Amino acid sequence: MIIARDTKDVAMTKSFEVSTDDFSSAGIASSKIKKILRQIGIDSSIIRRVAIATYEAEINVAIHSLGGNIEVLIKSDNIEIFVEDVGPGIEDISLAMQKGYSTATKEIRELGFGAGMGLPNMEKCSDAFHIESKVGEYTAIKMTFNL
Amino acid sequence: MKLRQIAELLECEVIVGEEFLDREVKFAFGSDLMSDVLAYTEEETVLLTGLCNNQVIRTAEMLDLKSIVFVRGKSPTDDIINMAKEDDMLLLRTEHTMYSASGILYTNGLAGTSI
Repeated sequence: MIIARDTKDVAMTKSFEVSTDDFSSAGIASSKIKKILRQIGIDSSIIRRVAIATYEAEINVAIHSLGGNIEVLIKSDNIEIFVEDVGPGIEDISLAMQKGYSTATKEIRELGFGAGMGLPNMEKCSDAFHIESKVGEYTAIKMTFNL
Repeated sequence: MKLRQIAELLECEVIVGEEFLDREVKFAFGSDLMSDVLAYTEEETVLLTGLCNNQVIRTAEMLDLKSIVFVRGKSPTDDIINMAKEDDMLLLRTEHTMYSASGILYTNGLAGTSI
């Protein structure tokens, strides 16, 4: 765990491992989180933003990282999504946040990803976006969605 | 525009979801880049794409996009079709290229989205 969790007022929490071997299974965690939010009656426009941001994050972990996990904390006034991986880390975060900048391989681009919109999309969709990274160690993201 | 009309205009084959042809959409978005679809698509949009892998279905599921037209005659595999079935999606296929399909729908009044 890299970013500290504030577990006060947490109604529900769930954690998902993201596989980096089987790209075709990427998106399963986001899909499950979306279904949970729907079941508990969260407003559909908020679900949409959470789904887009979480899916972009999950794809990033699958494509770029050495392994990671996604944790959702559902509180009474917001939803927090934590995405943390075990490397390789991002050298220049401001560059990574630029629209169109991507380090995706040719194989990944052939699958329709690597347009360089992931991190900017995540920031756009969330009400608060925090990212930190250490090269060779981790990248950690926290996204907050107000209810 | 109803999906039934889109299917006629583009001379589509219905791959799965025939019961959903009376669905209506307000916009169309044509792209082979899933990150652009995630960034720019509104709701009530039909997706035109030549990308044929299961991440297309996953992307559509995240955005509540229920209708997809595969252009350039692309054919999804059975596991893609099954994923789409689980989410009540309508999958169509046309032999038209992205450019022609977009042009046909646009001239018939289906709007695009702005970014």
